[in-house]
Amino acid sequence: MYEFLSSLIQRHELLKSLPDEWVYLVGMLIFAGIVLTFASLFAGITSYVERRIAGRMMSRIGPNRVGPHGFLQWLADGIKTFQKEDIIPAQADRALFRFAPYIVFAGFFASFVVLPFSSALIISDLNVGLIYIFAVTSFVVVGILMAGWASNNKWSLFGGMRSAAQIVSYEIPEGLAALPIIFLAGTLSTQGIIQAQGWAPWDWFIFHNPFTFIAFFIFYITLLAEGNRAPFDIPEAESELVSGYNTEYSGMRFLLFFFAEWGNLWVMGAIMTIMFLGGWQSPFHFDNALLTHLIELLIFTAKTSVIIFITIQLRWTLPRVRVDQLMNVCWKYLVPFSFVNLFGVAIWMLVFPNGFAPMSYLMTLLGVLILGIFIRRVIYNLKQAHVEIHVNPLI
Amino acid sequence: MALNHYFNNIVTATTSIFEGMSITFSHLLRKPVTIQYPDRVEKPVQEMLPARYRGILDLDINLCTACTACQRACPIDCIHIDEVKVDKTYIIVPETGRKVAKIKSPAVFNINIAKCMYCGLCTEACSTSAIKHTPKFEMSTDNLNNLILRFVPPEESERLKAEEPEVIKRAEERKAAEAAARAAAKAAEKKSPPDPE
Repeated sequence: MYEFLSSLIQRHELLKSLPDEWVYLVGMLIFAGIVLTFASLFAGITSYVERRIAGRMMSRIGPNRVGPHGFLQWLADGIKTFQKEDIIPAQADRALFRFAPYIVFAGFFASFVVLPFSSALIISDLNVGLIYIFAVTSFVVVGILMAGWASNNKWSLFGGMRSAAQIVSYEIPEGLAALPIIFLAGTLSTQGIIQAQGWAPWDWFIFHNPFTFIAFFIFYITLLAEGNRAPFDIPEAESELVSGYNTEYSGMRFLLFFFAEWGNLWVMGAIMTIMFLGGWQSPFHFDNALLTHLIELLIFTAKTSVIIFITIQLRWTLPRVRVDQLMNVCWKYLVPFSFVNLFGVAIWMLVFPNGFAPMSYLMTLLGVLILGIFIRRVIYNLKQAHVEIHVNPLI
Repeated sequence: MALNHYFNNIVTATTSIFEGMSITFSHLLRKPVTIQYPDRVEKPVQEMLPARYRGILDLDINLCTACTACQRACPIDCIHIDEVKVDKTYIIVPETGRKVAKIKSPAVFNINIAKCMYCGLCTEACSTSAIKHTPKFEMSTDNLNNLILRFVPPEESERLKAEEPEVIKRAEERKAAEAAARAAAKAAEKKSPPDPE
């Protein structure tokens, strides 16, 4: 967006007369506002969509009363929570307690800086993009630990400590699973990684070779753990810790935690799309720049939505893991496998410096095969149940 | 073997997550079982209930013989009956077609439905199936007194109580007349001894 502002300054006399810094500041604030609006709308609407999906997965309906088909439920819930009193426990550490939600929110929101929406729509294409994302998302753990500590409540402290242990451990396989992609792309910038891929599935990094295929799953699992999503939501395990680190929060501060949790879904989906699924790469190229970017935006959103849907489905499929199981999965399974992957990709790149196209086609075929088996299993389960089919999502 | 166990774990985790996700996805395509009571139901909920559903009690006052069997059967004493004598009539139990003499009728028949626990013992005790469970279940109210079901209206109750002495007198008269008739018949029997044959 820096280039966009520079070209604006070049073109308009009025902006030229102003100091450059001011124009950049105001421009960036406007962009931040746009992204914040997007993130708020996304977080709100996702909370509604998730509840509807969860309902259908449990043979329930979900919220369908507020607005058309319950679509305004998220707004009603948000406004209601917003109006509640902001209670601070008497024994709490007031300053830290008040400050913690902002850190969590900042950690989640800052990652939007390098998340692209199309080949031009990006706040800033940092050349350390991925490292920047890992850095700011681990900022969240500071906020969660701060919230847990400042609440002066045993459950909250447990939640905060668990979150710290979880995020710190999972950062190792996360980084190791991201390295193969960085090797292949030769860059850390998010736009650079997308440009290294193509529009077709066999050009995506997920199907590049068997090692990146495994890296996809390792990275996805670590992202789930980083985002405190089920089945790794032990920091706020309802059945054990009441609500974990946010037990004592109410009102707007409580809302901020949930805002970050649901907004994080987009961040997760976008990172997966950027690194493994070809980002905004589209097969269509038009002379009209607006149309091209719109198509790219749609493709990016569609891919991200698929990942978000799988994340939601996983939450309502799997039970929560225990703390020791969580550590087992990380240290005994993910870390060794991500090391193997790393060496595998390195050797692969030595043997096939320009890639090996037949393997990509084969891996794509494997992906299609897995999808086919999945669809077959779904049909089998439906037939076994002898139930009425109701495909329409609205009821 | 430990290594075998290690890889088995991975296979189990992968396949079970895959299978679990196929099941949850198949649920997405199923019809929800939720009944959106009360305003978005296809037909009234009363019609969806099973035939022997134990809802709020109802009494057919014409069938009731005021035998107080239900009152005695009730474990929490929520039925209150005052019986009065009435002119003898015969009723036919609809379910069995049995003919039953009715010489008493309830002057007061109150059921405190707030206390009722819907055990169904009163309906089992009733010999004429006058007291019955209905599929009705919506009776929420803001006053506890509204939950006392009064099956005999007060004016009817007073009328029955006022008429009772007359009914008794009539019954006694009829009894006396019957007794006199029987005595007369006996006397006539004595007067004319049986034929010598």
